[in-house]
Amino acid sequence: MTKTTESVAIDPFEAALGVSDVKGRSPWEDAWHRLLKNRAAVVSAFIMGFIILLVVFGPMLVSWESDFTDWDHTSAPPSLQSGHWFGTDAVGRDILVRTLEGGRISLLVGVVATIVSLLIGVSYGAIAGSFGGVTDRIMMRVVDIIYALPFMFFVILLMVVFGRHILLIFIAIGAINWLDMARIVRGQTLSLKNAEFIEAARASGVRDWDIIRRHIIPNLLGVVIVYVTLTIPQVILMESFLSFIGLGVQEPMSSWGALVSDGAQDMESAPWTLIVPSVFLAITLYCFNFIGDGLRDALDPKDRL
Amino acid sequence: MKEALMPLLEVKDLNVGFNTAEGEVHAVNNLNFSINAGDTLAIVGESGSGKTQSLMSVMGLLAENGHAEGQAIFKGKDLLKMSTSELNKHRGREIAMIFQDPMTSLNPYLRIDKQMIEVVMHHQGLNKSEAREHAVEMLRAVRIPDPEERIRQYPHEFSGGMRQRVMVAMGLLCEPDLLIADEPTTALDVTVQAQISHLMNALRRKSNTAIILITHDLGVVAGLCDRILVMYAGEAVECGSVEQIYYDAKHPYTQGLLASVPRLDHMASKEMHAIPGNPPSLMSLPKGCKFRDRCPKAHAACEETPPMQLDEGRHAWRCYLDESA
Repeated sequence: MTKTTESVAIDPFEAALGVSDVKGRSPWEDAWHRLLKNRAAVVSAFIMGFIILLVVFGPMLVSWESDFTDWDHTSAPPSLQSGHWFGTDAVGRDILVRTLEGGRISLLVGVVATIVSLLIGVSYGAIAGSFGGVTDRIMMRVVDIIYALPFMFFVILLMVVFGRHILLIFIAIGAINWLDMARIVRGQTLSLKNAEFIEAARASGVRDWDIIRRHIIPNLLGVVIVYVTLTIPQVILMESFLSFIGLGVQEPMSSWGALVSDGAQDMESAPWTLIVPSVFLAITLYCFNFIGDGLRDALDPKDRL
Repeated sequence: MKEALMPLLEVKDLNVGFNTAEGEVHAVNNLNFSINAGDTLAIVGESGSGKTQSLMSVMGLLAENGHAEGQAIFKGKDLLKMSTSELNKHRGREIAMIFQDPMTSLNPYLRIDKQMIEVVMHHQGLNKSEAREHAVEMLRAVRIPDPEERIRQYPHEFSGGMRQRVMVAMGLLCEPDLLIADEPTTALDVTVQAQISHLMNALRRKSNTAIILITHDLGVVAGLCDRILVMYAGEAVECGSVEQIYYDAKHPYTQGLLASVPRLDHMASKEMHAIPGNPPSLMSLPKGCKFRDRCPKAHAACEETPPMQLDEGRHAWRCYLDESA
């Protein structure tokens, strides 16, 4: 629609504020503005962006290969002279390169497993919630049953049956994480289903599918986005835990969890092998949690004090 | 007009019940009413008297545990027997509904234009720009200032009264034959209430829309409606023209209801009138007259359910009162 001439400064306050264009500001834009005011979240987002850039492009810039063993410098402390800025491990591999490459795996697991759990969880929860009745009851009982399976038992079972493969980590983590998402989405859908604007849409003859697409999903997004940002660090931590106890990523590949595990063994002789990957891991987890918190405050201002 | 003899909507022996964990709730019992094209009918009653649920069942919007028996003949077809997809051909286009709470009746994440255009495009097969033009016209009709601009805004940028006017505009977009308004003015200021009822009245005259107004505000009724149906505990207890109900109420419940309306010209010191007691539980309705326990004029005959009595002027009431008084 073309802008009409009457739209210029309807009232002096608007003119003073410079918001004479009456084009509406959506709840998303409002949330975005609130998010930008949250300093912790913005700083975290910048740090996170920096870490992602480092992890993706860093290994190309550092002059060491991740599997190159520098026999002249085994368990060497961080030093600028040797070129190993963050030191080397017991077999002389550069810690910085290994940490950055491990970060690729850790973040990849975090993002991919989260997307998997997002896709399964949202559609499962939305279907259960919108259909309701017997369908809902059966679907949620299935979730309860999977919930009751011990996670470690499940992972060990997968490893024993299919052997060790990075794909299995995605599957194992994704298979557990979608349960929470499904429950959250189902709960939201149930309460949305009785919202008056849904009833109004039904009363004006809108088809079921259009109601789900246009009215239910946009109203679910806020919760889902927040949950996603809180799921990513959870998944990263899960992968680290699996790698730490030796069930996760295998040599020569590595992840932050695997590096922390290696470093823990040489903690006394070469503490940097533990500290460097741990710091990366911790900063990443902090950042995601701050971003998630900021998003929650921004998207649901009612819950804020 | 050939159809003049047939009412636009005729509800016959409507029963609405809900299965709950505690047992069956009888929300509406043997309700009969009809409305002609262009007429206005008010359904009044306390909370829980079944006024909303009776029309929700007509619209096919009952909750999952609800079920309706009886007939609701709209233009010769029974709405209660239709499948959802059949019903969707009528809902919105021929029957529209306005809900009680303007703050929650609009999707917060969609611009007003999207929500309005959706309905028009779906039912009238207009293209997007025609539909938008139509929506803007309708917003202008409900006196939203600068409708071309405001239509691009989101619901939270409107006040409660404006949102309700948007709801009215949406209800009237397809020029329905029947508009069901569920307490459209309850959540609004008195000044806005008057505007909305003027507006509905004007639009009714313009497009000959029949209006069913569900309310507990007898003041709004007087300004807008031709006929009144009074409900109590899921039953119709009295039905008549506005004059008949206001000046010649027969049923003690209607009399009590009218006496309970607070009035500005009464002294604050004077005690407000209230009907003593509470409505009966809809789980286990008493036999006989449902109002018996609260009725100041109850007597032995009230143990039996009174039949509907009808006088020559289409004034009907369900009470034995006349014979004993």
